[in-house]
Amino acid sequence: MTYRSYADLGGVELPGAIVQEPEGEIFHAPWEPRVMAMVVAMGPTGMSNIDMNRSVRETLPNYRDLSYYEIWLAALEKLAAQQGLLGDSPPRPAQVLRAETAFATIKKGFSVQRPATRPARFCVGDRVRTAAVQPPHHTRLPGYARGKLGVVERVHGMHVFPDTNAQGMGESPQWLYTVAFDAQELWGEQGGLQRSSISVDAFEPYLEPA
Amino acid sequence: MSEHEHRHHDEPAQRTPGALELRVRALEAALTDKGYIDPAALDVLIDAYETKIGPRNGAQVVARAWCDPAFRRWLLEDATSAIASLGFSGRQGEHMVAVENTPDVHNMVVCTLCSCYPWSVLGLPPTWYKSAPYRARAVKDPRGVLKEFGVELAQSTRIRIWDSTAEVRYLVLPQRPPRTQHLGERELANLVTRDSMIGTGLPRPA
Repeated sequence: MTYRSYADLGGVELPGAIVQEPEGEIFHAPWEPRVMAMVVAMGPTGMSNIDMNRSVRETLPNYRDLSYYEIWLAALEKLAAQQGLLGDSPPRPAQVLRAETAFATIKKGFSVQRPATRPARFCVGDRVRTAAVQPPHHTRLPGYARGKLGVVERVHGMHVFPDTNAQGMGESPQWLYTVAFDAQELWGEQGGLQRSSISVDAFEPYLEPA
Repeated sequence: MSEHEHRHHDEPAQRTPGALELRVRALEAALTDKGYIDPAALDVLIDAYETKIGPRNGAQVVARAWCDPAFRRWLLEDATSAIASLGFSGRQGEHMVAVENTPDVHNMVVCTLCSCYPWSVLGLPPTWYKSAPYRARAVKDPRGVLKEFGVELAQSTRIRIWDSTAEVRYLVLPQRPPRTQHLGERELANLVTRDSMIGTGLPRPA
């Protein structure tokens, strides 16, 4: 099975300037707030999860041509079709977000931390190497950080694992770490000139001791 | 919605402002009709992110950290709890980490894989944060990106990039501008820009 994400953009050579925006400018078309709100409101229905949403978005073949809210819209349309939400016998929502509880619901949030069921494999300061091979499904290790040497700098606890959750295979919680890489390790000599380091949040299955 | 109709949406004609408006209305009507969403709840969510949950929340967190050393320590050790104590917890801010700028270190936040952003303290992300050029270049050429934002750091300043690849969300604690000893928390918060909390800007001078 092939899986292609069009969203893995870190380090990719792309044309185009970064267009700055004043602080109060949130939406750029009247339909954008409705899309944002629909995506948020669909959360409690249980018809998908955040990782499935990201998987549907990143595999849209025209991802790079679309504005961000267009991506959200196209993915929501696709999910609705895939899950049969608009058919004759749509699945029942787990919960429907109502006006009375909407604000309290977003203020509460949706924690993805789960109880620790086993000890963490790595400690702060451990040297690790990231997996070199891109798996054929949604994953959260960026291409530029594959097969690289880094150092564990934070241990976050066990979090829902996007790789399985995106495929509807369950939360399968994994230890989550912040791993720091020197720019030179990622980008070679050119990177070294930046005098920078780059950290990613990496799940335990992405890492091997080094 | 059939597969045919979906393909149809990729065509340029389906991407004009009028066509997008119609697609959104049709989807909202259909999801409402099938009982998945309540349009009144959408209104509440939009109002929340337009008027209640935005970068002024984060600015209050930063100003408090500048004025209160115990709060600053708490923020750097357990940002989620420290931020919750000011009432700014919530969606896309469930697992917070604050990273502090110093004379030697400048922090900058990106999400190269999508658009992860600390909504509970900064609200909805600006378009450039979600755009391909920022996501592509922030990790590889941070000094070039900062220059585009008008920020030139000393070559000796080390840059730390935080790529939000999981559900941890990052808030930059910028350096307090000089000559602000006389200012109170509220006035200090006015100096804190959204970009300074992403790391693509610096606070306004007093």
